[in-house]
Amino acid sequence: MDILDHLMLGFSVAFSLENLAYCFIGVLLGTLVGVLPGVGPLVTIAMLLPITFALPAVPALIMLAGIYYGAQYGGSTTSILVNLPGETASAVTCFDGYQMARQGRAGPALAIAAIASFFAGCVGVLLIALAGPLLGEWALLFGAAEYFSLMLMGLVASAVLTQGDVVKGLAMVVLGLLIGIVGTDVNSGLARYTFGVPELSDGVGFTVLAVGLFAVAEIAANLERKEAREVYTSKITGLMPSGRDLKDSSWPVVRGTAVGAIFGVLPGAGPALSSFATYMLEKKVAKDPSRFGKGAIEGVAAPEAANNAAAQTSFIPMLTLGIPTSATMAIMLGALTMQGIEPGPQVMISKPELFWGVIASMWIGNLLLVILNLPLVGVWVKLLRVPYRWLFPSIIMFCCIGIFSVNNNPVDVYLCAMVGVLGYILVKLECEPAPLILGYVLGPLMEEYLRRALLISRGDPSVFFTRPISLAFMIATVFVLAVMIAPAVRGKREA
Amino acid sequence: MKFDLRNNKDFLAGLLFILIGGLAVVIAREYPMGFVARMGPGYFPTVLGGLLILLGLYVMIRGLYSGAKVQGGWGGKPLALIALSIVLFGFFMDRLGMVPALVAMFFAAALAGREFRFKEVLLLTVLMSAFAVGVFIYGLKLPYWLFIGF
Repeated sequence: MDILDHLMLGFSVAFSLENLAYCFIGVLLGTLVGVLPGVGPLVTIAMLLPITFALPAVPALIMLAGIYYGAQYGGSTTSILVNLPGETASAVTCFDGYQMARQGRAGPALAIAAIASFFAGCVGVLLIALAGPLLGEWALLFGAAEYFSLMLMGLVASAVLTQGDVVKGLAMVVLGLLIGIVGTDVNSGLARYTFGVPELSDGVGFTVLAVGLFAVAEIAANLERKEAREVYTSKITGLMPSGRDLKDSSWPVVRGTAVGAIFGVLPGAGPALSSFATYMLEKKVAKDPSRFGKGAIEGVAAPEAANNAAAQTSFIPMLTLGIPTSATMAIMLGALTMQGIEPGPQVMISKPELFWGVIASMWIGNLLLVILNLPLVGVWVKLLRVPYRWLFPSIIMFCCIGIFSVNNNPVDVYLCAMVGVLGYILVKLECEPAPLILGYVLGPLMEEYLRRALLISRGDPSVFFTRPISLAFMIATVFVLAVMIAPAVRGKREA
Repeated sequence: MKFDLRNNKDFLAGLLFILIGGLAVVIAREYPMGFVARMGPGYFPTVLGGLLILLGLYVMIRGLYSGAKVQGGWGGKPLALIALSIVLFGFFMDRLGMVPALVAMFFAAALAGREFRFKEVLLLTVLMSAFAVGVFIYGLKLPYWLFIGF
């Protein structure tokens, strides 16, 4: 079997002492930072991103992946214990998780979250191993036209499926594409939109944008909100869930995993939407739906499984097609590009040790989460009590040093402050930054594919509609747009 | 129609998009456009800028009708101080070294918070700076000055 060979290769890479150590450090750092209240996975990754630049590609990506699911799990811990979700994906966990904590069942809630995540993670890794090569092989058939249509579909879908207003989402995508264009044009060598700043000839730095939009803007917005925290910590005694808890949550975990796995590959949907969707599903199939919101263990198990499954499967389009489906994946893709790897289906063939090594290490990372988190709950609880007024200057410090260290250039730091101000304004105007960063990452590629496709077709735009795969993506794009315009759907989205 | 435009979130968002899109189109006029079969560097940005203006117009007009307000008002002070702290860091890092840069950064940032307790900020600054120096300068061996010249 091919897959077995591949997985063997993957595990041999992942089990090397060095990579194992980076996986461990990633998971630990991710959880440590992710647990801090008001610090979501995106802020965590953006902040820790520069640390990985010094590493070679394989350990860097392994560590980033570890940071990602560590941060996500840390977010669940915060949701359960403080009722303060770090991000939308774990907002659902608050409903029942926090209620369980209030009833003195914080231990089982945390344990079931870890177990559900682990199960979903295992299935997710298996799915990547199965679907990745198939999708990658198919993607080798793609030409410039197909890639352009695929990116168009991905960007439109991300604008439509992200929370918030659709038209603003589309505008943010376009804004992101424009920011992506800043820098030297590859075809003509012309510097575009650099405003005479020499540092901009390489484009707006990826870290600068990610940190500014997600960390700086987030902190400024957080400082306006009132700090209201109640930590339910006194009663964490029994960690292990009872047999009945396990039995009650087994099917919800399976259903959550299935829903999450599907949503993960959809652009813009990802963990957030999938955890809401499973929660609704569980409420529908439950014999007694009134228990939800009052500490039902299914209400923790299913969304946790879903958001972790989605987190895993969102790696599929990123690794095989080079198309990020969420802001987090955009950051991963950016990190990959900074390592000098051009993302796409050829990565699997030219760098099998990277592709399979990262996948195998995800499984190890998920296992580490379970091993690490259950005994460390006490430490996390202490961290939860750190006041925000100590946290945010420290986060800014890491961001500043991180950004400065990329090029040792203060201009990057100034730019980051500017992006932060822009990010804050966008947050206040309720424009989601996630589609922007997707547009930014895909911008230069999209322009390149558009130019190439039209060069080959001698300027005939029908090339996007006559090649079957490209046509399929175009139809899907139109379909997504049509769904958006349908008033019934719009009504639901606002609810 | 509502006329409190300063707090109308859609009107302002639309305006922002139109301004950025307009700027993009105006600047792109200096770049060769080319034609569809052989696009110049000005082609794609011009299309994007135009698209952004259109989307911005839609959002802006919708804002005029809905009059939906920005939630929680504008908090200029925390934002300005956070941005300032980052700029100060960059400015001093290059001229005076890491320790002065961090001190300036921490104090400016802490002023953005809800409460400012001098002793607490001082302690935080000392601890975190020591940590940063330990990790980044001694641990990761980044080539930065601690103080000017050192």
